[in-house]
Amino acid sequence: MSVRRLADEAVQPASFAFSEENLKWAERKIAEYPAGRQQSAVIPLLMRAQDQQGWVSRPAIEKVAEMLGMAYIRVLEVATFYTQFQLKPVGTNAHIQVCGTTPCMLRGAEALRKVCQHRIHPDPFHTNPEGTLSWEEVECLGACVNAPMVMIGQDTYEDLTVERFEEIVDAFAAGKGKSITPGPQVERQFSAAHGGATVLREVPSAKRTRVEFPPPPAPAVKAAAPAGIKPARKSPAKKPQGDA
Amino acid sequence: MLADRDRIFTNLYGQGDWGLEGARSRGAWQGTKSFIESGRDWITNEVKGSGVRGRGVAGFPTGLKWTFLPKVSDGRPHYLVINADESEPGTCKDREILRHDPHHLVEGALLAARAMDAHTAIIYVRGEFIRERQRLEAAVRQAYDARLIGKDNIHGWDFDIIVHHGAGAYICGEETALLESLEGKKGQPRLKPPFPAAMGVWGCPTTVNNVESIAVVPEILRRGGAWFAGIGRANNTGTKLYCVSGHVNTPATFEDAMGVTFEEIIEKHCGGIRGGWDNLLAVIPGGASVPCVPGEKIRHAIMDFDGLREAGSSLGTAAVIVMDKSTDIIKAIWRLSAFYKHESCGQCTPCREGTGWMMRVMERMVEGRAQKREIDMLFEVTKQVEGHTICALGDAAAWPIQGLIRNFRHVIEERIDAYTYNSTSEGAVPSIAAE
Ligand SMILES: Cc1cc2nc3c(=O)[nH]c(=O)nc-3n(C[C@H](O)[C@H](O)[C@H](O)COP(=O)(O)O)c2cc1C
Ligand code: SF4
Ligand code: FES
Repeated sequence: MSVRRLADEAVQPASFAFSEENLKWAERKIAEYPAGRQQSAVIPLLMRAQDQQGWVSRPAIEKVAEMLGMAYIRVLEVATFYTQFQLKPVGTNAHIQVCGTTPCMLRGAEALRKVCQHRIHPDPFHTNPEGTLSWEEVECLGACVNAPMVMIGQDTYEDLTVERFEEIVDAFAAGKGKSITPGPQVERQFSAAHGGATVLREVPSAKRTRVEFPPPPAPAVKAAAPAGIKPARKSPAKKPQGDA
Repeated sequence: MLADRDRIFTNLYGQGDWGLEGARSRGAWQGTKSFIESGRDWITNEVKGSGVRGRGVAGFPTGLKWTFLPKVSDGRPHYLVINADESEPGTCKDREILRHDPHHLVEGALLAARAMDAHTAIIYVRGEFIRERQRLEAAVRQAYDARLIGKDNIHGWDFDIIVHHGAGAYICGEETALLESLEGKKGQPRLKPPFPAAMGVWGCPTTVNNVESIAVVPEILRRGGAWFAGIGRANNTGTKLYCVSGHVNTPATFEDAMGVTFEEIIEKHCGGIRGGWDNLLAVIPGGASVPCVPGEKIRHAIMDFDGLREAGSSLGTAAVIVMDKSTDIIKAIWRLSAFYKHESCGQCTPCREGTGWMMRVMERMVEGRAQKREIDMLFEVTKQVEGHTICALGDAAAWPIQGLIRNFRHVIEERIDAYTYNSTSEGAVPSIAAE
């Protein structure tokens, strides 16, 4: 468990309102769930609030509670339980999430973390002096064959080296994050092996042939057993197994 | 090696168009109507006959699981919930399905829902998979627009898909925690029984399946359960997405037959072990929660449920984490302990306190700042956590440490010796200062 609390009152804004577009989106989202189950929309709504504001503030939590007819404490519980919600302001250009779990660690995640500590702030969740960048170490982001990797905003940057990561940090610091193409930062097609996929060289076709189960074997002839010998107990028919 | 024509995920690397047209050109949405018309029992029997076992973690037979739902509805709707919370360290296979072959999942959801008498499927995507979720949402929209799903669709089975998402909590992969999260609460696992099949999301009968388990269903029906059952070994049938990370020359995700050997997948798909086979230290063969296997034992191991059980581990999610001899194995496992400490939902004491305690002891073991008798004590504590918690996260936190102690006790002891050797009467000092 990690202990997570709301930001200091001094940084909390006085109020929160969804933009018109987000409000429409929220209404559609709530309507997707069965009648009376609108509480299910709490995570999507909080996430939208975070997308709009950069982080989740107390007024945003109150607003979502009001929209969904939930007690404030229930929404607060959700906001503090799920670690993707940023409970205090993060860098305005980028909040860098460095994956630090073992598969990434094996391929150099610690060096990426050091880059963040040097370039941004020694401690996570603090911005650089300009307030443009912040960082944290997160747990496995589900891209381990492309380790080490980081997530910035909605995108992942994979197969990183320290040099490449520094370039990416530079770009985001300069407000030019968009100039970097997300995904693998080496010659590689997503999760295919570096240097070319080992499989799927044939062009896939839409043709399919069905393989049917063979019909069940004919029932054994009972009378075959000589008198006095009990017929062996048959085990039920088994499905066929290939030799692959 | 599996032939390309026997692969289910033919757009795994996004070489082609992920959309409806592309998916159709690769065979998707073909014959779907006839499968729906063949009915609930036919679909279930084909899937049962294919022998496919859950691709989540536990490997429970998928067809059998579907039969646990009530035969006749008591008025409550049935739900299919698809678990796309992929967060098990090392695992990144569902991601490829979501972003490159999403129509497999959408079509599979329709067919599986038919087999469960469900008219709604909810796909719970982990919060961090933002681009993947957007891709899935687009595929679902395409399917609605082409009237493949929705009310009065061309298949004659009313069917809706809700794409839902989390916000960063590994525990929401546990099926009942996922349901809690889906209901808009903290993702804390439920006590069972009642099981989801009796009382799942919103109090209704529910089946939770992994993305891959559902996404293989259309191909099983198209090619026949017998085709799937003919690949691999008895009880371990079909094809599987493997993700190999860590110290191989070319880490990759790929589909191959169940029952291939570890050596085969490493040589064929991953360019070999970094530094050669002699440099292999240990492998975690099924995602973070399974025990590690020393290099010499894994080389010829068979990569399926039974094969890896014989090797003293488990197939889990087929996420293979390879470690060569440059690895500090104690530290690698400590990092997993830190992961479990971070991800414990805090609901039961053995897990909440135990994961933190184990992590702190592991931290000292990394330095060697420990007593040798503490190794046994640590093992004992993992045994106290294992099996004494509400959900399997407690077990998952215990097993990697048990695997470490069982296979690499000598490394821990050497570390402790080195630390003690470098201590002075002033107390222990780090080895650098002693030089
Ligand atoms: C702590 C924990 C985490 C889990 N995470 C996942 C996950 O990320 N994805 C998944 O499909 N199953 C996960 N599972 C397994 C699910 O509880 C469930 O068994 C699975 O979704 C069933 O699908 P299947 O029968 O198709 O394998 C997890 C289980 C536990 C105990
Ligand atoms: S075992 Fe851990 S994660 Fe599972 S319910 Fe208990 S405290 Fe929560
Ligand atoms: S460990 Fe970094 S993405 Fe999985």
